[in-house]
Amino acid sequence: MSDDASTTPRAYTVRLELVDEPGELLRALEPIADNGGNLLSILHERGSLTPRGHIPVEVDLECPPGRFDTIVSALRDAGVNVIQAGAERYGESVTLLLVGHVVETDLSETLSAIESESDAQVTDLSLSAPGGTSDVSSARLRLDAETGKTAEVVAAVREVAERKQLKVVEPLTELEGAA
Amino acid sequence: MKLAILGAGAVGRSVADLAGEYDHAVTALADSTSAAVDPDGIDVADALARKDESGRVGADAPADALDAEYDALVEATPTTLDDAQPGFGHVRTALERDRHVVLANKGPVAERYDELRDLERDSEGSVRFEATVGGAIPVLSTIDDYGPGKITAARGVLNGTANFVLSRMAAEGLGYEHVLAEAQDLGVAEADPSFDVNGTDAALKCAILANVLNDGGYSLADAEVEGIADLPGNALELAAEDGRTVRLIGEATPDGVRVGPRLVPQNGTLAVTGTRNIVQLETDHAGRLNLSGRGAGGPETATAVLADVNRLSK
Repeated sequence: MSDDASTTPRAYTVRLELVDEPGELLRALEPIADNGGNLLSILHERGSLTPRGHIPVEVDLECPPGRFDTIVSALRDAGVNVIQAGAERYGESVTLLLVGHVVETDLSETLSAIESESDAQVTDLSLSAPGGTSDVSSARLRLDAETGKTAEVVAAVREVAERKQLKVVEPLTELEGAA
Repeated sequence: MKLAILGAGAVGRSVADLAGEYDHAVTALADSTSAAVDPDGIDVADALARKDESGRVGADAPADALDAEYDALVEATPTTLDDAQPGFGHVRTALERDRHVVLANKGPVAERYDELRDLERDSEGSVRFEATVGGAIPVLSTIDDYGPGKITAARGVLNGTANFVLSRMAAEGLGYEHVLAEAQDLGVAEADPSFDVNGTDAALKCAILANVLNDGGYSLADAEVEGIADLPGNALELAAEDGRTVRLIGEATPDGVRVGPRLVPQNGTLAVTGTRNIVQLETDHAGRLNLSGRGAGGPETATAVLADVNRLSK
């Protein structure tokens, strides 16, 4: 089990600041590839500058979780300014409602259970309990999930909600406007 | 064509009333306790006036309408679950007499689709049921035209009462009970609205869609159904704060049949308001098709019934 978790590649995002000089981007990407990272996308906004006059670059990459720290160290060793690493490994978000005795059934525990059972992160919470905390209330949650995992996340929420006799109003997964 | 109409509720009455406009004759009209039968065509206005005065459409027995002379039987008795009787028996009798059947009653096609198709195969008559899904909206004939195999999924808002309640709750910040009472006063919701608000009606329509898309195999028992009755107003407020709203959405997809309240974008295609219905079809080669319009009501449903009758006479 722990072997699987450390070798199955995951997506990570690193945000870098590069000096506007020839060869800088290549210099920043080499340590990633050299250390077993698979580049997924590079957002290189040449027109926009950071307050320090550097160019922000966002790199999405995939690697086994065990290798990610090595990649970040290698980038720093190569003199690349890494401003954020790994914090945005979640590519999709799901918004849903929980309805029922949301507060009385220990909202805090509900959220932790959802996070631990779904491998998602609760990034937004809005609660409405007009009748007081002991009455039927509603909560709106935004969960950030890994790309392609939102169905699993919703299934995990349903399980937790069922245990606590809460009703889930799920999003319609089909995105609007695709037609 | 000569039509025998079973059921003299809003739909049956409207079909009888409008049949003349479409150049069809009504040779029989029955309610649950009586019937008016005339091989040369009954006087519809007379029969309906009698129904208003005495509660009976004529002096004959309901069974006489089933035995009358007709080309197509219009089955517009109330939808029943499980064995779908007496509607299913009416369809059987007509098919065994090699007559056509046009259904407004959802029971037989939602609950006993495969048996119905078997009966149809042995009959000279055929069965049509456009009116059972989405009222006046041509959902089933569109699926038929495109070919069921070219459509991967259908979803939408299929119950006007539930949609009225949800859209009023969201727009006015009112509670469920208040809006429901209002809907009942307006005649949008029936005295017993449970079929509509607990999702059963939408689930029947989705079971019919699944049967049409998959050539049978579905009934209400296969549907995962959740209603809107225990949804508090604050849930809709929370949804609105985030640019979303809640709609009772029915789905017939390769994963199965499912009905339940779902979060949808507030200004999205599926967030129709009031009693309006909408059906989205996912096509293989033509993207998404949105069909919307009036999903219930006497003349609306009768329009779909008479469109089916016209298809039969071609």
